[in-house]
Amino acid sequence: MTTAGRLEPVLSVRGAKKHYGEVRALDGVDLDIGEGEFLTLLGPSGSGKTTLLMAIAGFTSLDAGAFRLRGEDITDLPPDRRSFGMVFQGYALFPNMTVAGNISFPLKLRKWSKAEIDARVRECLELVQMESYADRMPNQLSGGQQQRVALARALSFKPSILLLDEPLSALDKKLRADLQWELKDLHRQLAVTFIYVTHDQDEALSMSDRIVILDHGQIQQIGLPDQLYNQPDTRFVADFLGKSNFLEAKVCERLGGALDCESGGERFNVTGESSSYNGADRVLLALRPERIRIGAQGTERFHGVVRQTSYLGERCHLILDHPGFGGVLVSAPTWRMTVRPEVGGEVSFGWDDDACVVLAEDQ
Amino acid sequence: MIARSLTDKGRYWILILPALAIMLTFYIWPLVEIFGISFSEPRPGFDNYASMFDSRPIRTSFVITFRVAAITTIWCLVLGYIVSYAIYNTKPKYVGLMIALVLLPFWLSVLIRSFAWIVLLGRSGVVNDSLGAIGLIDKPLPLMHNEFGVILSMVHVMLPFAILPIMANMKGINPSYVDAARGLGASELRAFVSVYFPQTLPGVLSAALLVFVLSLGFYITPALLGGGRVLMISEYITYQIQELLNWGVGTSLSVALLLATAAVILAAGRFVNLRRTFLERG
Ligand SMILES: Nc1ncnc2c1ncn2[C@@H]1O[C@H](COP(=O)(O)OP(=O)(O)O)[C@@H](O)[C@H]1O
Ligand SMILES: [Mg+2]
Repeated sequence: MTTAGRLEPVLSVRGAKKHYGEVRALDGVDLDIGEGEFLTLLGPSGSGKTTLLMAIAGFTSLDAGAFRLRGEDITDLPPDRRSFGMVFQGYALFPNMTVAGNISFPLKLRKWSKAEIDARVRECLELVQMESYADRMPNQLSGGQQQRVALARALSFKPSILLLDEPLSALDKKLRADLQWELKDLHRQLAVTFIYVTHDQDEALSMSDRIVILDHGQIQQIGLPDQLYNQPDTRFVADFLGKSNFLEAKVCERLGGALDCESGGERFNVTGESSSYNGADRVLLALRPERIRIGAQGTERFHGVVRQTSYLGERCHLILDHPGFGGVLVSAPTWRMTVRPEVGGEVSFGWDDDACVVLAEDQ
Repeated sequence: MIARSLTDKGRYWILILPALAIMLTFYIWPLVEIFGISFSEPRPGFDNYASMFDSRPIRTSFVITFRVAAITTIWCLVLGYIVSYAIYNTKPKYVGLMIALVLLPFWLSVLIRSFAWIVLLGRSGVVNDSLGAIGLIDKPLPLMHNEFGVILSMVHVMLPFAILPIMANMKGINPSYVDAARGLGASELRAFVSVYFPQTLPGVLSAALLVFVLSLGFYITPALLGGGRVLMISEYITYQIQELLNWGVGTSLSVALLLATAAVILAAGRFVNLRRTFLERG
């Protein structure tokens, strides 16, 4: 919730509910979206992201709840009166119109003059670097090009909010990475509010100002990308955003700002936001694989046996067996590896006191 | 052992041979005969074709045929479009049922459906009797033995042929196009006109061609509902051959109808994907 206060909310979602029979697609969503913000709705498939976006756009009606646009209630406004730009999952370019025809469609509806329309179409095509494609039909374009045209069309009438539903999911990995940069750049240039739906955590982390994590139609956590990554509230968030090891621990005693914890027969300190816990509390700790250091025998606190290794170029993933912790996932930068771990070999491993995050009790 | 010694191609020909033989004996051969007779009865030459242009009844019959086929086509398109649209915009669970209802008439012979219309539309048919009974009319309305009756029942028979291609077309249209148009500021009507309808045009044209061509050569329904007063060309041909034994006129008219139909199909081929219309109906 941190940055919402900083920015004037342009769009407010209050108590949004939408049920399809037994399925709770949206189950009481409250959200404020700041002016000019790049907000990402992130969640696994079926978590209600599209439903929320479609409801914001006006294509899906809520069972309960309200939307306010700069204070004005728009809950019952039809989609054509909301004037949000929208990029659909399959782009939905009109197959019976040229690229220019697609982009000018919203402008003709708004009764712009021919000269204004021509100028704006050219401007939008330049914006997405598609100047020479004005007269093509959509089916003569590649996926990435269609994506750009869809973006140009959604931006042509200068909407104040742009809604994007997994716009890059149909593209291959390399193109996706390029377009991520371009989208981010576009957002910076235009000062338009972006509401972006994706199930891809890397995309969310790299592009967003703020991320909303959804699951089962409920918001799990809202925050800045690094905040969500480093301080996940729940096991779900820690598990969904990146990878985590989970340790069940008992708090032995409180030492000032730190907790002295015991887990798997080992004792270690946990610093950070753990103020509400005291001795004898049971806590769940999340530990990122890349926070774990490994070294030759004797250089670190704990000892484990390498169960499996996986070489990924820049990084190396290992699963270590520790008698108390069980399997521990480690992700180490290859260039800094001081040992060459062999399956079955013994290594020592450890982490800093601030590496573990205390998770809230999960539902 | 024999099968193994055959090539793939050989096996293929053996499989289609019976069908090919049937086509040649009962379809192509008679057609060639008809062609021959039209130039040789009652005496060799082009007399039959020359007189076709002089005969008023024949010209009238061609005009009626094309007019009835055209009006039937227009009604079938309008009604077929509405039905197809309804099918794909209703609750998904009713779609199967509605398609079944569209296909149901195929299970009843055209003859029976035509007699059913006679029962409804006759001078003392169900419609006239009911209207008379509640005092709305004094004397029976002329509901059949005229073009009205013929067209009404033909629309009924032809409707599925209009619905199927339109439906197949609509099925392939992603609903997000209309959503996209709405999101860009189009009213429901505008989204339909600018985005949805243009995408259904191929289906509509296919339906138009199919219904029109089938209507041109239609016989049973116009003969029964027209009562001899709406003489479409197929009935005229039958009359010439069966009643007057006028083989020369009958066969030359058949050839003319065949050529007219071929001309319509070829002309339509510029706008319609013929392969899809006649061979790959969904
Ligand atoms: N029109 C619908 N009818 C029935 N169930 C739906 C409909 N739309 C979505 N759902 C259900 O609602 C849940 C959320 O869907 P959705 O918002 O599309 O998820 P996401 O976009 O996060 O993958 C899913 O379980 C989905 O099956
Ligand atoms: Mg989705």
